[in-house]
Amino acid sequence: MFWNPKIECMPVEELKKVQYDELKTLVTKLYKYNQFYRERMDSKGVKPEDINSIEDISKLPFMFKQDLRDNYPTKMFSLPNNQIVRYHVSSGTTGKPTLVGYTEGDLAYWTEALARSFTSAGIGPEDTLQVCYGYGLFTGGLGVHYGGEKVGATVLPASTGNSERQIELMIDLGVTAIACTPSYFIHLMDVAKKMGVDFRKDTKLRKAILGAEPWSESMKKKIEEGSGVETFDIYGTSEQAGPMFTECQCHNGIHIPADIMYVEVIDPETEEVLGPGEKGELVVTMLKKEAFPLIRYRIKDITSIDYSPCPCGRTSPRIARITGRSDDMLIIRGINVFPSQIEYTLMQIPQVGDQYMIYVTREGALDNMTLQVEIKPEAFSDNMEQMLKLRHHIESELKKYLNIAVAVELKAPGELPRFEGKAKRVVDKRVI
Amino acid sequence: MSNIIKQLSIFVNNEPGRLAYIASMLKDCNINMRAFNLAESTEFGILRTIVDDPDTGYDKLKQKGIIVKKTDVIGVYLDDAPGSLFHSADVLGKAGINIEYGYAYTYKDKAILFIRVDNPEKAVEALKAQSIKLVDDSEI
Repeated sequence: MFWNPKIECMPVEELKKVQYDELKTLVTKLYKYNQFYRERMDSKGVKPEDINSIEDISKLPFMFKQDLRDNYPTKMFSLPNNQIVRYHVSSGTTGKPTLVGYTEGDLAYWTEALARSFTSAGIGPEDTLQVCYGYGLFTGGLGVHYGGEKVGATVLPASTGNSERQIELMIDLGVTAIACTPSYFIHLMDVAKKMGVDFRKDTKLRKAILGAEPWSESMKKKIEEGSGVETFDIYGTSEQAGPMFTECQCHNGIHIPADIMYVEVIDPETEEVLGPGEKGELVVTMLKKEAFPLIRYRIKDITSIDYSPCPCGRTSPRIARITGRSDDMLIIRGINVFPSQIEYTLMQIPQVGDQYMIYVTREGALDNMTLQVEIKPEAFSDNMEQMLKLRHHIESELKKYLNIAVAVELKAPGELPRFEGKAKRVVDKRVI
Repeated sequence: MSNIIKQLSIFVNNEPGRLAYIASMLKDCNINMRAFNLAESTEFGILRTIVDDPDTGYDKLKQKGIIVKKTDVIGVYLDDAPGSLFHSADVLGKAGINIEYGYAYTYKDKAILFIRVDNPEKAVEALKAQSIKLVDDSEI
């Protein structure tokens, strides 16, 4: 099933032409009307005339998160306020929040992207979609909401919190699909268990659109085995518009509609564009964006691009699951550690539960990493030696995978914080 | 009637207020503790307790989301006099039985030692053969 088969299945060469036309129009317009981007182009000595194919995009200068902050609130906007129909404010996962403005056209491509994504995930008019992303300044709630309505699904704007009520509504209304963060879904699984609710038997829930925070393949497996739902990774940040892109039912990467967003992956050090399958920092260009430019934007998410044809028939490139952000990488005693690596390792250990917290401290000149890990009730033993062995086993698995010593603390299920919005599992207390 | 007693073992995080929380759960579940002991590592501890009705207590605590396990222990009556621990421990040692842990309390002139051993049935047999009195689960 396709939402827009013409563009979604367009031969790659034709798509490139579409991308080029979009880029050329965009850059010409920006050079004329957007002071920020004109100056940026001038500083690199690039003119709109220099763009003669989509590949010429590499001549254009990069944009950074800092640009959005420096031009807060609306200095970077291309259009006057009477053209702006909505604001969202990013949750500020790292650092200060940023303002995102939308024209009617911006809302249209956002909703179009989600309609294509949901259709590719098999969500349509027969479905009831419970949206447990926060509604408000955060883009998640409203974005997914409009996407769901667009494909004709019945949308339940549940927002976050009040988890028991969420589960009651899920049962009463026969909810078939849910959209939330993976950590909130795990929380709902916990709450359902306490209420004696079995997702498989007591609900009609079959699909979960999960994202807004990095999560690992092993976490996915755990969620699917624990709840019986099919999960779809969703990607999209507030700068781009909001959550927009998902996997299709083939589950081999997140489709990026080529007419909406152009993706590149670069080596963050050398800024060199990397080839297919090579892991690096994602750089995005929003080809239809109107309110403000987002061209070769260094989004800091770590991924790789797959251009090979997808069995579903879509010709768009796909990006791999986001494994972290180049700026959430922790450097512990000089070794690079991504929180996603820690999660991956933990989820391979059967005695370990779903929740963990990472604490980083510095004593003298030494970095210390402590990991609090919830164990499963079955893993508890009255024998202290067995418990200490389990702790040691987790420590040595982490050491094997991360190459650094990590102190593990075992916690009872339910002891560690639960997150309704984006999970904040890393607490870096180092004062440098 | 059995000399094998079911002890409840409870996982307790080693943080201020956690023992009070567990104690309040025991209270809510109307569980009366006859004896208890706390073993600790750095970040967690194990509360081991002998209670009046271990099966009901176990079910109730589990429902409250407490991590709890039933563990077989034996209770040995000791005279509250020098040398009585030696006598029982020596019997077990000679029978080749390993004591994992134990805790005792005294009441008037009597003392009871609760022990976890690697082979409870064999331990009961060995102690009984030496006429050492054991606690019966009906006495708890």
